[in-house]
Amino acid sequence: MATFKDFRNNVKPNWCPGCGDFSVQAAIQRAAANVGLEPENLAVVSGIGCSGRISGYINSYGFHGIHGRSLPIAQGVKMANRDLTVIASGGDGDGFAIGMGHTIHAIRRNVDITYIVMDNQIYGLTKGQTSPRSAAGFKTKSTPSGSVEQPISPMEMALTAGATFVAQSFSTDLKDLTALIEAGIKHKGFSLINVFSPCVTYNKVNTYDWFKENLTKLADIEGYDPSSREQAMQTLMKHDGLVTGLIYQNTERPSYQEMLPGYSETPLSQADLQIDEAHFEKLVAEFM
Amino acid sequence: MINQLSWKVGGQQGEGIESTGEIFSIALNRLGYYLYGYRHFSSRIKGGHTNNKIRVSTTQVRSISDDLDILVAFDQETVDLNYKELHDNGIIIADAKFNPAQPEDTNATLYAVPFTEIATELGTSLMKNMVAVGATCAVLDLDINVFREVVQEIFGKKGQQVVDKNMEAVKAGFDHMKAELAENAVMHLEKADGNKRLFMIGNDAIALGALAGGCRFMAAYPITPASEIMEYLIQKLPALGGTVIQTEDEIAAATMAIGANYAGVRALTASAGPGLSLKMEAIGLSGITEQPLVIVDTQRGGPSTGLPTKQEQSDLMAMIYGTHGEIPKIVMAPSTVQEAFYDTAEAFNLAEEYQCPVIVLSDLQLSLGKQTVEPLDYSKIEIRRGKLQQDELPEIENKGYFKRYEVTEDGVSPRVIPGMKNGIHHVTGVEHDETGKPSESALNRNAQMDKRFRKIENLKFNTPVYKNAPHQEPDLLIVGFNSTRGAIEEAITRLEQDGLKVNHAHIRLIHPFPTDEMLPLVQSAKNVLVVENNATGQLANILKMNVGHANKVKNHLKYDGNPFLPHEIYTKSKELF
Repeated sequence: MATFKDFRNNVKPNWCPGCGDFSVQAAIQRAAANVGLEPENLAVVSGIGCSGRISGYINSYGFHGIHGRSLPIAQGVKMANRDLTVIASGGDGDGFAIGMGHTIHAIRRNVDITYIVMDNQIYGLTKGQTSPRSAAGFKTKSTPSGSVEQPISPMEMALTAGATFVAQSFSTDLKDLTALIEAGIKHKGFSLINVFSPCVTYNKVNTYDWFKENLTKLADIEGYDPSSREQAMQTLMKHDGLVTGLIYQNTERPSYQEMLPGYSETPLSQADLQIDEAHFEKLVAEFM
Repeated sequence: MINQLSWKVGGQQGEGIESTGEIFSIALNRLGYYLYGYRHFSSRIKGGHTNNKIRVSTTQVRSISDDLDILVAFDQETVDLNYKELHDNGIIIADAKFNPAQPEDTNATLYAVPFTEIATELGTSLMKNMVAVGATCAVLDLDINVFREVVQEIFGKKGQQVVDKNMEAVKAGFDHMKAELAENAVMHLEKADGNKRLFMIGNDAIALGALAGGCRFMAAYPITPASEIMEYLIQKLPALGGTVIQTEDEIAAATMAIGANYAGVRALTASAGPGLSLKMEAIGLSGITEQPLVIVDTQRGGPSTGLPTKQEQSDLMAMIYGTHGEIPKIVMAPSTVQEAFYDTAEAFNLAEEYQCPVIVLSDLQLSLGKQTVEPLDYSKIEIRRGKLQQDELPEIENKGYFKRYEVTEDGVSPRVIPGMKNGIHHVTGVEHDETGKPSESALNRNAQMDKRFRKIENLKFNTPVYKNAPHQEPDLLIVGFNSTRGAIEEAITRLEQDGLKVNHAHIRLIHPFPTDEMLPLVQSAKNVLVVENNATGQLANILKMNVGHANKVKNHLKYDGNPFLPHEIYTKSKELF
């Protein structure tokens, strides 16, 4: 059986020292081992940006695609081979700006994959511009007078889009984050995990200390019930989205693949590419 | 006796014009006639003029005809817009309901038949189409019973009474017309051979070709004139374990298909110009990551929304050169429905063998023109998966990655799919080394770029050019691609009757360009005419770029949204002499 070390490769990440993404990488490696995966049965698909490099830093099949498109690629992979564990990942710009259309539709489609967003509220790789998660008033190179746009609330957005698994974590909470990723992988359907992953180079506002001061653990809220969508929404609004833990899970709705009529129960990638002659003749006869 | 005939039915969109044409065509196809139908329609659901022009022949036809024998009109607009196509002995059969006016400057004869009135008396005005079909039968002196089988199939599930009523409507139309029609106005059509053939649109053939070629997944976004492909496949794929996902947008469609191909399924996406513009970055990703990808582009009038329901062939350059940066790519252009079937199946082989995007180019006329097709032969379809590794792989020491991008002599590297032990590697749209790890080294860049382009240097493609070139030193070589083939063939028949020596080359592999095949054809011809549905002569330019002889190559361009007619190509060709 594989251990988390088996999910390490020999590539040195090019992230800045202190970047939150290191912990996310470690949490994925631990969670993969904890749920009993072998490296070849995991596919990590990522977008573009600092965090998008993550697919190259895990010893598994990895696909580093194009900006904002990790989700459709990941869904394609899962549709082709339902036996694979598929993790899509990227930054907040990747998932909530250029790729937001895919995020909402992946949520409502509910294909059985896990999406981990490394949310640092800034564009890092392009050296410090505003992101859709930047707070109003946030000053960056592209918003020198402070952003006048409202930030997206990804967790509330996910709930309204019909999400079946919504969680949020903080990169330094390695244990909690690992447990959430494990739960996300086991969840039968689309799981969204937003991880506050501070950018130590360009975001001087939303720092490690800032998060420690402002985050509330759902585990500390008495009677919090993650099966209640209503409570989830109210709690998010009350805390301005700054909560960590499992926010909402619906275990009743089947995944997309389970609801598809006729869809192969074995990996489609192993399907016979031939059609038998009689089947073909029947298809052709419809045009006579 | 005539051996071919052209019939057109027109009216307001949503009035059942399509089903009238459909019933008429299916019945005649079953009698063994060769049919060719082309619909004129607009980008709206109800209202607006629409017509369906159907050619009936005892030999294969792949073009709409220059003129018209019979025009069936459900409104005056149909008469006014179309009567000029009628020849002197032509007939207009119009619904008496709108008091049709005989156009003055034509010798064609108008007959007012109370389509709506007869249908209403029989129960419902909806059956006016069937009355029109009956009236047509009288002109052609056809036994109305040839329609019984089709009517039974279409209306059978609504009960026998509905079937009988519809047949009564056909008979009433027949009887009415028979009584009015002058004996010498009857058009006696030669008897057909009675052979069983298919009747389908190009998109049907593309979709069926995909199934036959092992495609088990499609991701697509609805668009005219490509949607029929996804609509067909969602009906048929579940029986084979597969499915179609209607994605949120064109980018998702392309990238999802890439993901599925990467994971080992033969996956397709299809669209038209606007969709292809959006898919370009993904096509580049497929190119640099060497993931197989089959994309269908059913060309329509561009740019932007352009003429969404009209014929055009203006995506050519975009399909060859689209996507930023440079990638190896295969662009094929079937010219008949049969070719659309076999070529689409083959596209999946090429995509896997050469590990690159393969674009199957079609155009609206080919994709939507409904026509008689000789039986398709499944035994001709083979499945070739190139260097896909299907056996156990040797262990790699020290967590090394599999050399998915190994620099090889033919440029093609071994390919593994996720799930395979000892096959782990990285895939990235960033320039990468042999194991897929990002690399910006100049040496590596050259090695990987050269390797990728080497793949298609020796591309094996069956019949890259369809040739009908009987002359050693022809007066003229006519060149085209996609659906212009039928009109060119008919023009050539007439030019040869005039004593001209004319060769025909229809390019089926657009990229990489079949220079070796085309050069001798161009060299030996006194004149070269490139016929294409666009304003800038894209194919002509590609031809000149690859084979030279710029002073010889002349354009015949048409970009008004309508397909070429044989006489237009004939006339243009004559002007060269």
